[in-house]
Amino acid sequence: MTATATRPAGSGAGDLSEVARSEAALRTFLHGLPGVDEVGAQARAAMLGTRSIKTSSKAWAIDQAIGMIDLTTLEGADTPGKVRALSTKALRPDSEDPSCPPVAAVCVYPAMVPVAAPILDGTGVHLASVATAFPSGQAPLPVKLEDTRAAVAAGADEIDMVINRGAFLSGRYREVFDEIAAVKETAGPAHLKVILETGELATYDNVRRASWLAMLAGADFIKTSTGKVAPAATLPVTLVMLEAVRDFRVATGRQVGVKPAGGIRTSKDAIKYLVLVNETAGEDWLHPDFFRLGASSLLNDLLMQRTKLKTGRYEGPDYFTLD
Amino acid sequence: MAFEYAPAPESPAIVNIRPSYGLFINGEFVDPKDGERFKTVNPANEEVLAEVASAGPSDVDTAVAAARAAYDTVWRRLPGRERAKYLFRIARIIQERARELAVLESIDNGKPIRESRDVDVPLVAAHFFYYAGWADKLPYAGLGPDPRPLGVAGQVIPWNFPLLMLAWKIAPALAAGNTVVLKPAETTPLSALLFAEICQQADLPPGVVNIVTGAGDTGRLLVEHDGVDKVAFTGSTEVGRLIAKSVAGTRKRLTLELGGKAANIVFDDAPIDQAVEGIVNGIFFNQGHVCCAGSRLLVQESVAEELLDALKRRMAQLRVGDPLDKNTDVGAINSAAQLEKIRSLSEIGESEGAQRWSPPCELPERGFWFAPTIFTGVSQAHRIAREEIFGPVLSVLTFRTPAEAVEKANNTPYGLSAGIWSEKGSRILAVADRLRAGVVWANTFNKFDPTSPFGGYKESGYGREGGRHGLEAYLAH
Repeated sequence: MTATATRPAGSGAGDLSEVARSEAALRTFLHGLPGVDEVGAQARAAMLGTRSIKTSSKAWAIDQAIGMIDLTTLEGADTPGKVRALSTKALRPDSEDPSCPPVAAVCVYPAMVPVAAPILDGTGVHLASVATAFPSGQAPLPVKLEDTRAAVAAGADEIDMVINRGAFLSGRYREVFDEIAAVKETAGPAHLKVILETGELATYDNVRRASWLAMLAGADFIKTSTGKVAPAATLPVTLVMLEAVRDFRVATGRQVGVKPAGGIRTSKDAIKYLVLVNETAGEDWLHPDFFRLGASSLLNDLLMQRTKLKTGRYEGPDYFTLD
Repeated sequence: MAFEYAPAPESPAIVNIRPSYGLFINGEFVDPKDGERFKTVNPANEEVLAEVASAGPSDVDTAVAAARAAYDTVWRRLPGRERAKYLFRIARIIQERARELAVLESIDNGKPIRESRDVDVPLVAAHFFYYAGWADKLPYAGLGPDPRPLGVAGQVIPWNFPLLMLAWKIAPALAAGNTVVLKPAETTPLSALLFAEICQQADLPPGVVNIVTGAGDTGRLLVEHDGVDKVAFTGSTEVGRLIAKSVAGTRKRLTLELGGKAANIVFDDAPIDQAVEGIVNGIFFNQGHVCCAGSRLLVQESVAEELLDALKRRMAQLRVGDPLDKNTDVGAINSAAQLEKIRSLSEIGESEGAQRWSPPCELPERGFWFAPTIFTGVSQAHRIAREEIFGPVLSVLTFRTPAEAVEKANNTPYGLSAGIWSEKGSRILAVADRLRAGVVWANTFNKFDPTSPFGGYKESGYGREGGRHGLEAYLAH
């Protein structure tokens, strides 16, 4: 929808560089995006949730989902031992089945990055660190940037930042934009995932605007939630974000990824998200470079279902390692 | 990487289709007196499903007599709260047997199981529940202190929502104290016959509901029968006219729910993604076999291009095929005759100069199939913009101002439904006020609810079904 994206700014296709030139221009652009009808978005997400994914397509989807997981632990009680166990599991989720794919990344606090880095280095499994005063983002910008710098220096190749929701909700879009751009610059080669914390944005219109704002500011991924605020990821919110990345690619040619995080616990849920991706953004997004699932307990449920499909029976939870 | 959905068919084993069905008269299945039978086929593969009786003059006589006797001796004498018990019971049995009904409906009609399971059957149960609640409250329906039933209702229903149309007809009639003789469409009689079994299961007194199967001739016999006090018809405007003529000058009361050519109006400030969903739902829901289908898309010129791009992208996602597959979005066309009509009108659209587009989609070899289709560059003068196609074919027109949108939307002999898409509430209200259509949906389409009256303006018929208004068609006051 080229015209959709560019209509408010009045610029040509592919050129969105001007929309952030001023607070007024940015506001005009974001508020000129088509609205989201709440009832309609929820109905569409619910309908896609009725897709019946069975047999061979279920097996395929489970392996896809495993390969898209950002295996996450973000607790005050995290210990180096736990992070080491998690990282080891990330490489080989099912210790009894080498055909099981590794997950996409391990996601930890910056303090734990040095623990995970040597285990994951060179394996192809990414190391993501939350940064920018996660989860609240309530710190001065220099502190946020230093947080980011430290995580990257310790070996993180993906940074999950949080946006300044207070600034966003009070309409100070340039401030949010500048902050994301500054973190992006600081993160350097590390991929930047921008957490919108959709549970605090409250409306789908805000989710769409925040998605565009993050993408315009340079996000490589847009992510729903920290997991610390309820509601975390939901299907309709993810639907709106998938529409945003789809339209953004049409407008600019750049493909941004989406990461729902928090509250996705069952294989059935994960498969619903894959269906949502497939029928909203399209199959180009069905790849760990463009779609991730931020989760922890989800992995064991996927492994359990995977074993069930292969062997025809469920194994007890004790056969799958705890994180 | 492509995400292929493996086939996920709902099992047809849950429903027991008999090789042959009689007429349901006076609480039991009886053979037709003139012995004629016809076949009903599965439109998705053209296989014969069952033989069904064709009711002749003496059969219709018997059915109307049974309804009259049940009316005089039982049903009109029952207090409302007792009639309500039967209706509640029927509603609950429908819910219990929902899967069976949904599968049968999809097999006989061709509609996707997702729709029969998630839309048709739940609405059927909801209708019976809703009118069951009215049965003992008729003095409070705003129709005077003592509204009375009319007597025997002769009801003729179409093939697009066989069971739902049955519910729309039977539930209010019975709640109001009438008895009925209902004729389902000849291509989709099976769910009505299963409903007859449900009436038996619910111990409904014999003769309160009678179901006579057959083609147009049977319908005419029923409508023109002297013993009928009330005629209710849902179907084409053409047949509706004939019925209105035949009923004129008699004591019979008449309600007609006929064709439509609804405008779905998309303004430039619409929620585009949801509007696209609404357009798809408006015209491809039930293969476009919907009298209130949004078959004319009126889109504001300034967003026409992006909207059409988004619509085409979305249409490419539609999954056309086996109605029993749980992932199917668009099923089979109901009959060879209907397919022929859709084809010929589409060819006329092309020959009149409109541009035809369908997504790449593989259609099954056997059965009656038509790919989702849109026509752009359509003008008001084109036949595809004026005639009801009753298939998955959308005509796209553009407009520049709200006044032009209203003018074009109203420029049709029909007036059943319309849709408005805009994020601006004041515009929705202003435009809805000027649309001559019985139902106007705002930022949604094809939403039905038993509490909401439904019916047309102009050649889309008269009378309302659903809600408190729906009772009026079955009560004298």
